[in-house]
Amino acid sequence: MATTNGAVENGQPDGKPPALPRPIRNLEVKFTKIFINNSWHESKSGKKFATYNPSTLEKICEVEEGDKPDVDKAVEAAQAAFQRDSPWRQLDALRRGQLLHQLADLLERDRAILATLETMDTGKPFLHAFFMDLEGCIKTFRYFAGWADKIQGRTIPAGNSIPALSSGHVFVQQIRPGIFADFSIPVFVVFFFFFFFFFFFFFFFFFFFFFFFFFFFHVKFLFVCVYNNVVCFTRHEPIGVCGAITPWNFPLLMLAWKLAPALCCGNTVVLKPAEQTPLTALYLGSLIKEVGFPPGVVNIVPGFGPTVGAAISSHPQINKIAFTGSTEVGKLVKEAASRSNLKRVTLELGGKNPCIVCADADLDLAVECAHQGVFFNQGQCCTAASRVFVEEQVYGEFVRRSVEYAKKRPVGDPFDAKTEQGPQIDQKQFDKILELIESGKKEGAKLECGGSAMEDRGLFIKPTVFSDVTDNMRIAKEEIFGPVQPILKFKNLEEVIKRANSTDYGLTAAVFTKNLDKALKLASALESGTVWINCYNAFYTHAPFGGFKMSGNGRELGEYALAEYTEVKTVTIKLNDKNP
Amino acid sequence: MSSPAQPEIPAPLANLKIQYTKIFINNEWHDSVSGKKFPVINPATEEVICHVEEGDKADVDKAVKAARQAFQIGSTWRTLDASERGRLLNKLADLMERDRLLLATMEALNGGKVFANAYLADLGGCIKALKYCAGWADKIHGQTIPSDGDIFTYTRREPIGVCGQIIPWNFPLLMFIWKIGPALACGNTVIVKPAEQTPLTALHMASLVKEAGFPPGVVNIVPGYGPTAGAAISSHMDIDKVAFTGSTQVGKLIKEAAGKSNLKRVTLELGGKSPCIVFADADLNMAVEFAHHGVFYHQGQCCVAASRIFVEESVYDEFVKRSVERAKKYVLGNPLTAGINQGPQIDKEQHDKILDLIESGKKEGAKLECGGGRWGNKGFFVQPTVFTNVSDEMRIAKEEIFGPVQQIMKFKTIDDVIKRANNTSYGLAAGVFTKDLDKAVTVSSALQAGVVWVNCYMVLSAQCPFGGFKMSGNGRELGEHGIYEYTELKTVAMKISQKNS
Repeated sequence: MATTNGAVENGQPDGKPPALPRPIRNLEVKFTKIFINNSWHESKSGKKFATYNPSTLEKICEVEEGDKPDVDKAVEAAQAAFQRDSPWRQLDALRRGQLLHQLADLLERDRAILATLETMDTGKPFLHAFFMDLEGCIKTFRYFAGWADKIQGRTIPAGNSIPALSSGHVFVQQIRPGIFADFSIPVFVVFFFFFFFFFFFFFFFFFFFFFFFFFFFHVKFLFVCVYNNVVCFTRHEPIGVCGAITPWNFPLLMLAWKLAPALCCGNTVVLKPAEQTPLTALYLGSLIKEVGFPPGVVNIVPGFGPTVGAAISSHPQINKIAFTGSTEVGKLVKEAASRSNLKRVTLELGGKNPCIVCADADLDLAVECAHQGVFFNQGQCCTAASRVFVEEQVYGEFVRRSVEYAKKRPVGDPFDAKTEQGPQIDQKQFDKILELIESGKKEGAKLECGGSAMEDRGLFIKPTVFSDVTDNMRIAKEEIFGPVQPILKFKNLEEVIKRANSTDYGLTAAVFTKNLDKALKLASALESGTVWINCYNAFYTHAPFGGFKMSGNGRELGEYALAEYTEVKTVTIKLNDKNP
Repeated sequence: MSSPAQPEIPAPLANLKIQYTKIFINNEWHDSVSGKKFPVINPATEEVICHVEEGDKADVDKAVKAARQAFQIGSTWRTLDASERGRLLNKLADLMERDRLLLATMEALNGGKVFANAYLADLGGCIKALKYCAGWADKIHGQTIPSDGDIFTYTRREPIGVCGQIIPWNFPLLMFIWKIGPALACGNTVIVKPAEQTPLTALHMASLVKEAGFPPGVVNIVPGYGPTAGAAISSHMDIDKVAFTGSTQVGKLIKEAAGKSNLKRVTLELGGKSPCIVFADADLNMAVEFAHHGVFYHQGQCCVAASRIFVEESVYDEFVKRSVERAKKYVLGNPLTAGINQGPQIDKEQHDKILDLIESGKKEGAKLECGGGRWGNKGFFVQPTVFTNVSDEMRIAKEEIFGPVQQIMKFKTIDDVIKRANNTSYGLAAGVFTKDLDKAVTVSSALQAGVVWVNCYMVLSAQCPFGGFKMSGNGRELGEHGIYEYTELKTVAMKISQKNS
């Protein structure tokens, strides 16, 4: 008879993270060259640049420094790989998906190596790199792997929806009784065009009598243009060669956000990693080759923004550019795109993100989320919660608990498992943050803790909390990109909505409340691409991400990302009217 | 590097052992409640391969209980991330790839299927379909909707619940995957009844489901007969949806039982009498080849079989000549032997029904060009048969034959052939052969069929929906539409104080 019921011997897949992983000490950096056509190249100029470990300020290694001629070479390879009938263009969509799955498998295999490299190059805590950055990468590749064969065009019932047009006379008779009644929109629009055309160019030269004569004549002409018996369908085709410029705060993750949808849709890619953090991108180049992507599909040119970045954004043979970085550079990228070949542009830029804590919120949750929201990754997040608005009844308590949290935040060696905060990325960022902290002090904000660099070490900054911050202070207006939490006070919803929206940025916002109506009201009132309710930095590869206003153009992730990497082609076929 | 080349076809597994013959419930193997077993036959030799536990209502009840338990709110399966469901399906596909040779051998042995076809087409199709469905798991989106009033509205696509799935014997493994793939991607739990003729591959799949790590109760497999286990599923009060592939006659019973019991959702993939229209301007070689495979593939045992071929009169004779030549080239024999193109029919009942229909064709005045009888004296083989001068009212032009019998008819005008092609209560598939753009598109729109193939035939891929017009079915399988057949749509409307665009 039956054996035992419901033995959970292999029940649920193990959702727990693996036992604490270890970084790889003395990791040798193997890949430092320019990756084009699945092989490694030296820079044409012969130049190299150094990449540093921001936590020790020691040089890790030198990397080939790309420039315009190297970008040209990469574009040539990417274009060749995108030629009609190329292996890449002929691949079954399902197979493209499988390649992305295999890439995810290799990322999983080399997860510890990549997380170690990422920590060496960025100074981010190793466990964050391992569990957040790498996890995000792997999931992103797997998610888009599944989309590859689901990018569907449509067939569209065009043409025969206007039966009155089957004869010009019928058309005219129908519209005469009430010119604007009973009209399908497209015909109405076309008609309007003609109307204004005549109005401006002929009205002063002819009488009304002539006007009507010409109108009748042109309606007949219009009838000739509107076909009755057509088949119409769309194809969603890859755009072509896509440039991608990635930032230094999440080097591998931001690369995955660009590479996965681009490849999923069948594009080819020329990628520039940030000059501060090129190592994981180059390692990924070796995995691309190992998986067996055809040569030229992915090309990686390390180098600097004004040289490689500029060459990509103004390249006449690059069809699309995706950039993540500062708003200032984002504007340059879009300008260069417009000046050169009107390439498609998606931008993920800066933010000055409001985090609104209502008095009815779960205060423990709000304090913790707001704290992580601004201090995560040393504050170097475009989504950083750098304007925390707290309702006045709970303001004092919120500040008190936030300061406690900040004081406890372990700062130190990013390879130490206990460390939550490492160094800032480089001297320039470090100086800028300290300068903003000084401005906060001068402009009258109350420094609750931190406020300076760590005494003994290079680029480390103490977790800093300011209270009594007002909207006109620089720390409440400018993106700080460092471990600095400005806390502001508000009295009512309408006021906080106005203040939260009073910025050129519009990337993310967060709301803490238990009240359903308030939550939904704020969710719709806030001008930002993402609103988190009772959570923060809740990223999913399934959900689109991007900015309102000057925080960006377009969206990454989710199904929406596919639209950013495809061109829609409408195909219309006129059929013979004689057939049934 | 285009799509990977077709894999080399290995030799079938020499000493196949049948390991799994019991009822699979809650990731465990069970004997039937009644204690009964039934024999599984090799149709090429008429020998018994093994005996399998015979499920009945009591076993179905047990399976439903397990499936319901696995679907409880808060269960492991319900709380799993959607992307994890996708990973499990991908893993199942990998395990199928590992056991590909074994599964293909079993399918050929039990289903009388030519081994090369089983290995390439059936297994290849299964693995791709599973991977396709795996990708959907975390992409089944609801919508937010700008409803009137101060209301915030969104939709959720939720799994339906416990799904009963009844599988036919012609593509036992492929139809099994077409059913469980979308159902599991959406988060349902399933009770599968494989056909009584061909339960073996489904039971092997059960072991892989367990190995992949699906929680107990998510997939349950109850082998047995239609009037007992099948009827228990379709009339069960605690099954929320039933999907069936099989004959139109049984499909009607299933929908009726669903109506009489709990109005469970029903999808049906049923019979066909699919027209294949060859215009004079077509590439004739290509048309002959596709039409031939369209009807003779897998001994004619395909619901999409091209069993009414309409040929324009100016090329009729040439088409017939080449088709007969093509049919005569067939080598019949044991489907596990290399070089064989045609195996046996599935069982005696089918075999006899086909021979009866062939007789009717002869009697009603069609011209027999070749074949027309049984082949050999062991196994259920039928000679490849071609009839010409077939007219629309003959039984062979109206009834589904499900055997290697090709009917070739003549037509004069496009209007005439459209009318005749549509003059059937079936509407599953259709083929059109022409080089003329206009004819191709016009005829495709005019035909009443769920799938129209232009200058090709029997092209099925997981990305495309498949299903029938009229009495060939309800609903669609595979593609995005096939996924939605396994979801309930829930609208959530929330009152808010004030809406804004």
